[in-house]
Amino acid sequence: MSMSTAHPGTEAIVSKNWLSAHRWLILRRISQLGVMALFLAGPWWGLWIVKGNLSSSLTLGILPLTDPYTLLQSWISGHAIAQTAALGAVIVAVFYFLVGGRSYCAWVCPVNLVTDLAAWLRRRLGLSRPSRMDRSARYWFLGMTLVVAATTGTIAWELVNPVSIMHRGVIFGFGAGALAIAGVFLFDLLVARRGWCGHLCPVGAFYSLLGRFSVIRVHAARRSQCNDCGDCYDVCPEPLVIKPALKGADDGGGTAILSPNCTNCGRCVDVCSLNVFRFGTRCSGTPGSETPPFQVGHSHERN
Amino acid sequence: MKLSRRDFIKTNAIAATATAAGITIPGVDRALAESRDTIRWDKAPCRFCGTGCSVLVGVRGGRIVATQGDPDAPVNRGLNCIKGYFLSKISYGKDRLTMPLLRMKDGKYDKGGEFTEVSWDQAFDVMAEKWKQTLKEKGPTAVGMFGSGQWTVWEGYAAAKLMKAGFRSNNIDPNARHCMASAVAGFIRTFGTDEPMGCYDDLENADAFVLWGSNMSEMHPILWSRLTDRRLTTSHVKVAVLSTFENRNFDLADIGMVFKPHTDLAILNYIAHYIISKNMVNKPFVEQHVNFRRGMTDIGYGLRPTHPREAEAKNAAKAGASEAMNFEDFATYVSEYTLEKVSKMSGVPADKLQALAELYADPKVKVTSYWTMGFNQHTRGTWANNMVYNVHLLTGKISEPGNSPFSLTGQPSACGTAREVGTFSHRLPADLVVNNADHRAFAEDIWKLPAGTIPGKPGYHAVLQNRMLKDGKLNVYWVQCNNNVQAAANLNEETLPGYRNPDNFIIVSDPYPTVTAMAADLVLPTAMWVEKEGAYGNAERRTQFWRQQIKAPGEARSDLWQLVEFSKRFRVEEVWPEELIKQVPVYRGKTLYDVLFANGAVNQYPKQKVADAHGNQYLNDEMDHFGFYVQKGLFEEYRRFGLEGPKKGHDLGEFDAYHQSRGLRWPVVDGKETLWRYREGYDPFVKTGAGVEFYGKPDGKAIVFALPYEPPAESPDDQYDLWLVTGRVLEHWHSGSMTRRVPELYRAFPDAVLFMHPEDAKQRGLRRGSLARIETRRGKIEAHVETRGRNRMPTGVVFVPWFDEGRLVNKLTLDATCPISKETDFKKCAAKVTSV
Amino acid sequence: MNDRPRNLNRRRFLADTAKTVCVAGLAGLGLSFYSNRSASHTAQALRPPGSLEENSFLGACLRCGLCVRDCPYDTLRLARLEMDVAPGTPYFVARDIPCEMCDDIPCVKACPSGALDPALRDIDDARMGVAVLVDQESCLNFQGLRCDVCYRVCPRIGEAITLDLQHNERTRTHTRFLPSVHSDYCTGCGKCEHACVLEEAAIKVLPQRLAKGELGRHYRWGWQEKDKAGGSLVAPDQPHRYHLPDSMDYEHGGRGLIPREKAAEATPFEHDPLSTLNRGMDEP
Repeated sequence: MSMSTAHPGTEAIVSKNWLSAHRWLILRRISQLGVMALFLAGPWWGLWIVKGNLSSSLTLGILPLTDPYTLLQSWISGHAIAQTAALGAVIVAVFYFLVGGRSYCAWVCPVNLVTDLAAWLRRRLGLSRPSRMDRSARYWFLGMTLVVAATTGTIAWELVNPVSIMHRGVIFGFGAGALAIAGVFLFDLLVARRGWCGHLCPVGAFYSLLGRFSVIRVHAARRSQCNDCGDCYDVCPEPLVIKPALKGADDGGGTAILSPNCTNCGRCVDVCSLNVFRFGTRCSGTPGSETPPFQVGHSHERN
Repeated sequence: MKLSRRDFIKTNAIAATATAAGITIPGVDRALAESRDTIRWDKAPCRFCGTGCSVLVGVRGGRIVATQGDPDAPVNRGLNCIKGYFLSKISYGKDRLTMPLLRMKDGKYDKGGEFTEVSWDQAFDVMAEKWKQTLKEKGPTAVGMFGSGQWTVWEGYAAAKLMKAGFRSNNIDPNARHCMASAVAGFIRTFGTDEPMGCYDDLENADAFVLWGSNMSEMHPILWSRLTDRRLTTSHVKVAVLSTFENRNFDLADIGMVFKPHTDLAILNYIAHYIISKNMVNKPFVEQHVNFRRGMTDIGYGLRPTHPREAEAKNAAKAGASEAMNFEDFATYVSEYTLEKVSKMSGVPADKLQALAELYADPKVKVTSYWTMGFNQHTRGTWANNMVYNVHLLTGKISEPGNSPFSLTGQPSACGTAREVGTFSHRLPADLVVNNADHRAFAEDIWKLPAGTIPGKPGYHAVLQNRMLKDGKLNVYWVQCNNNVQAAANLNEETLPGYRNPDNFIIVSDPYPTVTAMAADLVLPTAMWVEKEGAYGNAERRTQFWRQQIKAPGEARSDLWQLVEFSKRFRVEEVWPEELIKQVPVYRGKTLYDVLFANGAVNQYPKQKVADAHGNQYLNDEMDHFGFYVQKGLFEEYRRFGLEGPKKGHDLGEFDAYHQSRGLRWPVVDGKETLWRYREGYDPFVKTGAGVEFYGKPDGKAIVFALPYEPPAESPDDQYDLWLVTGRVLEHWHSGSMTRRVPELYRAFPDAVLFMHPEDAKQRGLRRGSLARIETRRGKIEAHVETRGRNRMPTGVVFVPWFDEGRLVNKLTLDATCPISKETDFKKCAAKVTSV
Repeated sequence: MNDRPRNLNRRRFLADTAKTVCVAGLAGLGLSFYSNRSASHTAQALRPPGSLEENSFLGACLRCGLCVRDCPYDTLRLARLEMDVAPGTPYFVARDIPCEMCDDIPCVKACPSGALDPALRDIDDARMGVAVLVDQESCLNFQGLRCDVCYRVCPRIGEAITLDLQHNERTRTHTRFLPSVHSDYCTGCGKCEHACVLEEAAIKVLPQRLAKGELGRHYRWGWQEKDKAGGSLVAPDQPHRYHLPDSMDYEHGGRGLIPREKAAEATPFEHDPLSTLNRGMDEP
């Protein structure tokens, strides 16, 4: 536990090697940028693989995808759901139900790039202090957006939703939308650690509920190896989710991180020099049992 | 000088009193001029169509800052169409040419070189060298000029004189060949003298109007406004509209008729037949004023003699011939054009045809017929003109208020310049022709030239010029004030090859880099419209003058300056044979400039200040340069052709009178204008007691021609299954070189579209907005489909306007002409349309 | 012993929650106001063809931009945050790029949510707004000039825009061609506004709510009702007869008093007997 919180994962880099210590981060960035690239290939290079944006899109002219949260608001506002949109939303919902609702936040959402940057900078600048804000606020916000949709009869939240503002901005042009994104960045940097994604964002809240029973989960598979260095807590955007799995052996808890707030970002897997964490399914890793370590790399032995 | 309000009123009062008393008080006038708005206003005719609207041009700081319709102009009374509204912008396109540009490689002229800026001296050096070399090697028939109905009167006159007298070449023709030649040939054949007998006052006096193809609602917007007003304010007035597709005229039509292309000939004969069969012929009129003649038939299509359609025509060589016949024979001749047959041929319902014929036949209805390119651009264009006169002559509905067959013009000076000053390859000023020895002698006398200077054989007409360029028989060619590569038919096969023929040297004078300039070897930057002093003559014989309002940009010079200055480069020995010079030895060693322009007549008006009644002063760059009042000298010399020439009734007023008036309709005799020609009381040339006299013909009688329907040069078939019609739109004028440089007009109608019937589009897998390929045997272009909008096409007919240099529709058209007038038929050829 | 911290925690939890709910509530309130404001967006931003009524549209539009993508003329754009149009929703400004009224209406086809009503099959039925000639004083045609560009660019020329003819009292010989918009036909495509040659367009497309008046429900246009009914609503009428001198006729509901002479002209014979005689017997 000698590591400075400004540089979590240093030990992992030493014990595994840099690449292995950033494996999931790199994959995640590839995913985020890849999704963006798919949307941008059309307007930038005329390669129309995907049209539209995350709110709703059409892939290869046949596959409709619709954000179920936006569609839910639309329905609540009083609009009868159209077939294409409904089909798109079902496809998306099933997907995230399987892979983890908040995987959306870590693997797709463009705002994550901004808030990750803010979190990284915050650690570097030593501004890291736990937030006093209530992490359940997002559920209240989620509720609020649905109430407003019902009372105004419009998808009011989409007027200000930073997630769609950012994605739409990149694809269709930002305008003053850039200020909203800057606001989220500054909020995360100066006001509250992981303030937006971890506390307020109703989109994340919606997806966390959607993925309440999702299949793919991170496991603290070799929790007995844990040396309490704390690196996983430092990098985790939702640090509260780790403890029950990592330290739950005594209470008979399973190794799987079951909290719906876990974004399946895999950063804990990366930064742990002892390879405590790995990806698995909801059912693998029954309480009390410890599954063999997920062979990520052999740098440990080399060192 | 600053005036208080009180001073101003006082000065105004003095000026008014002085004016009333006919006195000019110089100080007062100047004071007024300066105290008015700092904008200086002066009159000028509109630069665009042949209507001849007048505007006031506002200049401040050497720049046109505004225009307004001239409220005192009789034609338009302060109104303009949307092109006229933007007149102030046409001189200020961002790509005005300001320097002569010569194709050069390694510092020398090279046909394959890049356009490079040169001085006027360099430009004229190369040009003169080419002219001299060609004249020496091949003689005068190898040089030529293509001019314009947009030339000012004196520019056309100077050009005709330079070519016909100076270079002794009749190879000068105006672009009016493309628009007015059939009207001219029709007038000459029927009446023996050119231009309409009526005037725009017919619009306020007719009981019925018949529009033969003329899309007046778009092409002559202000005249349409007058016609509409007559219809609107007089309940009995009827309007009949004939067209090959439904245009905006149909909004007003009491009888609207869409006829199959080319069947207008049959309809005209049906009307003649109807008049005769209903015994509605004005017999006294016909007996006194009309002769009947049978015209030559099977006269070909003016194509190259090698073209199969041309080769099979029996009488192509004597297309204009005719023989006398009598009324009864004529009646029999047209009797085959029965209602049933013509209705079937034309596709017009019988009741409509009958209603139309009744308008002409009913002696109580005064009928004015209007036509423009529908008749003129027609492989039987001269016939169509003759045949509409037939109808008016049979009923005597001619040469009086409201009874007028009236040929409208498309260019501002098609009449005033192209026709009247003799810029056609067969003409001389004031209706004279080159193949008449007396006419030549008269011209040579006025021009103080040795006998035999003017060649007697007509030169190459417009279409033939392109063919001769291609064939290498015409080698030096000067194009002024028009855009013929875009305008002439069959661009790929007949126009461009001649321009780029390595044997040829092409000079193009234009204010803007047009398609024609692109095809040239030397481009001369040219002053336009009010950048020079000018005069135009509109369709109702109204001659209108303007003063130079602003300077042309950079090194741009007027066509007049170019012509006169270029003449200095030639000594008579270089262009005339010795036997001519022998006759007038004083000309030995003189330049063409000395002989043609500094000849004691043209240069008799010394340099003076040009000023208006308010004392405002105006530029005259040509006067400054040459040291005498060139425009006045040329006009006064030209005027003698009308006053003293063998053809009567072409009298013009004095030069200064035109600067003071808002246009005068010729013949102007004793300062008085002529409204209706050939009618006693209106026309001073009609003998007392004659009533009506068509004095263009020796016996004073006009001719009714028996002419048949003959098929067009090319009709749709299995392969090319549509009629292609070309034309204009209101927003753009001709090739768009001016109007497309006005952003608002460009936005109002950006690109040419393909107007077609929605069913025709559907059959070809097209819909509104799709890109279509339009193809004929001669070329193809692409344009977007328009199935809605201003022109409603019948199935089987498509329309593409020709203003768009991005979609050159003349790649598609056929260079078939009326064999008599040599005017191209731009209105019909066979095309196919496919999806791109 | 343990009660205290637990109570403390509990109290703190309740306080925190209350605070959060307040903040969320306030945010919701703000959002509602903002939402209401952006529902009444600027009149110059027009919705694509087939758009639902504005409030329903804002409930239906997912802000995906698929309509924008499938517009072949780049007419449609997605609103940005700073605009007076709900951010992310599609709109167009007629003066910049008008709607070209594609026959196949690709924007409507692209819409996954039904915000652009898939029931719109014929583009002529689209009602994106209504053109209004907002300034007669600067309109060239009202002064008698022959501009009528708006009329000629109208895809429903002669229906949506007609030219009403009026005698020009000033010149006495010309007509004023007054552009007149008919909302039964106008789709609000904006071609007229786009093409208007003035510095500031004299004809503008406005949303229906701004462009249209509404007749009081207590009144009907009599002649329209008669047309609809295919005849007079109150029928039959007695034939009218009048006391008239011999030289006069009277036409009820038409020209009124007519001098008999004129009526007499309607015989098959001409004044001049010669013309009847010369016509011959066999002529039809």
